[in-house]
Amino acid sequence: MLRMLKERLEAGASAEEEVSALFSKINKSRLNAYNVLSEEAALERAREFDRSPWGGLLAGIPIAIKSSISTKGIETNCSSRILSGYIPPYDATVIERLKEEGAIIIGKTNMDEFAMGTSTETSCFGPTKNPWDADRVPGGSSGGSAAAVAAGEAPCALGSDTGGSIRCPASFCGIVGLKPTYGLVSRYGLVSYANSLEQIGPLTLSVEDAALVLDVIAGHDPRDSTSARSEGGYFARIEGGVDGLTLGVPQEYFGEGVDPLVEKAVWDAISKLEGLGASWKKVSLPHTRYALAAYYIIAMSEASSNLARFDGLRYGLRLGADQDWHTTFSNIRAAGFGPEVKRRILLGTYALSAGYYGRYYLKALKVRTLIRQDFERALSAGGADLLVTPTMPFPAFRIGERIEDPLSLYMADVFTVPINLAGVPAISVPCGFADGLPIGLQIIGRHFDEAAVLRAAKAYEGATPYHEAVPKEVV
Amino acid sequence: MITGEDVDHISWLASIKVSEGEREGFVASFNSVLDYFHQLDELDTEDVEPTYRVVDLTNVFREDVVGESLSSEEALSNAPRTENGYFKSPRIV
Repeated sequence: MLRMLKERLEAGASAEEEVSALFSKINKSRLNAYNVLSEEAALERAREFDRSPWGGLLAGIPIAIKSSISTKGIETNCSSRILSGYIPPYDATVIERLKEEGAIIIGKTNMDEFAMGTSTETSCFGPTKNPWDADRVPGGSSGGSAAAVAAGEAPCALGSDTGGSIRCPASFCGIVGLKPTYGLVSRYGLVSYANSLEQIGPLTLSVEDAALVLDVIAGHDPRDSTSARSEGGYFARIEGGVDGLTLGVPQEYFGEGVDPLVEKAVWDAISKLEGLGASWKKVSLPHTRYALAAYYIIAMSEASSNLARFDGLRYGLRLGADQDWHTTFSNIRAAGFGPEVKRRILLGTYALSAGYYGRYYLKALKVRTLIRQDFERALSAGGADLLVTPTMPFPAFRIGERIEDPLSLYMADVFTVPINLAGVPAISVPCGFADGLPIGLQIIGRHFDEAAVLRAAKAYEGATPYHEAVPKEVV
Repeated sequence: MITGEDVDHISWLASIKVSEGEREGFVASFNSVLDYFHQLDELDTEDVEPTYRVVDLTNVFREDVVGESLSSEEALSNAPRTENGYFKSPRIV
């Protein structure tokens, strides 16, 4: 827990020793959680801290950063060949804020290439392994961040979540992952995949830690016109429990396709929350079954536009002698992107192309309205304060099990993508095990009501032991 | 149904060269994914407004004054090919 680490550092423990202990774990690990380490710079900053400690919410705390978030001077490659060797000349806003609050960046974590995936298998550096079972995926796309935190290779991490990319790996790795309300955290410096859907958020060992990191990264940024003002104080408001809260249980998130052990764990969690003073009722999100199709059409369409910038001109891969403009770029992009990224750009290009725009993209945006309205109704005044669901329909699957069939991989995101379409906040917290593999409980709130989401998650965590379990694959 | 010719056309639009070996795989996966997308046709959305963004935006104005920006050296620091302080692109015409 970050609070304990902070107290140790304040009491005079050596940040250098903390950081070097992390690197000795990372260097012995076979999880492949990181794709770039910043060992020398991190140790140097830790020594500076030991010489004259600074203040701040994260003073002296080491943190791992997903490879899609720009870090000045540290390679940020999105686990893609096309960005291999790219060293940003500037920091993302979230990185500036982490540094202002005293954190120490230890490295960049492995991910699905450009965040396109649910398993971290599309990384050009090979898959990250799940710390609970190294034959299984850690989830994705922030799989490296989740595996690092679960295995003790980082005390906390940042990820990004476009359709579940923080919550899915948090669920599969048995840790806490928070996707904030769209707009709460600046996206300046986040490499865009689907900009109307994605948010940066924390992956941590406890709910309290997630609140602390959120306090640091949330807030308006003039460089991101979609960013909102934050009321802040999430850490300070985390106690208070669930007494008097009404939980909505959406019927569409249970039943066919959901592992019975996952379903049981989530119902047990609902009973636990009821025992803590919450009431619950069944609610309906009737357009749930259309969310995956709408999500993938929108995400692929936005991706086809956002990833047009990768042309090997200003940064990234450049091949052989230049030919004409189109041939040169087409060859660079053919060599630089992996198969899943190509598939999504090509399908997005098709969905936006003349004659198909209305059928696919515009249709998906209209369905997005229906899904957003489902959430608004379920979470309206007099309705539920929060919704509780499984984060993932099943526990971590085996490496190689789904990657050959894109559609079966997309289906895994069925309970996470609707949240991004609606833009509401959601957290995944550990709520049990299925044959030794972690299960995640998803708690969803109203726009900008992270305080209620965190308070309920904290109350649940305080009444259950699941977050204390330690995975096998820890050096 | 998407055909190999469609994939070639889309690949031209997206500026991603698709090899002979890749084409068949893309035809198969595009058809299965698009088939899945077609379930949206079941929904009547005639009178539904599209959602482009989920938070309200207001235009942000600022004074038109010069602020900090990257230096040329920083901006060019990752460029594979440069000439006289410029990015060097392939020939356009």
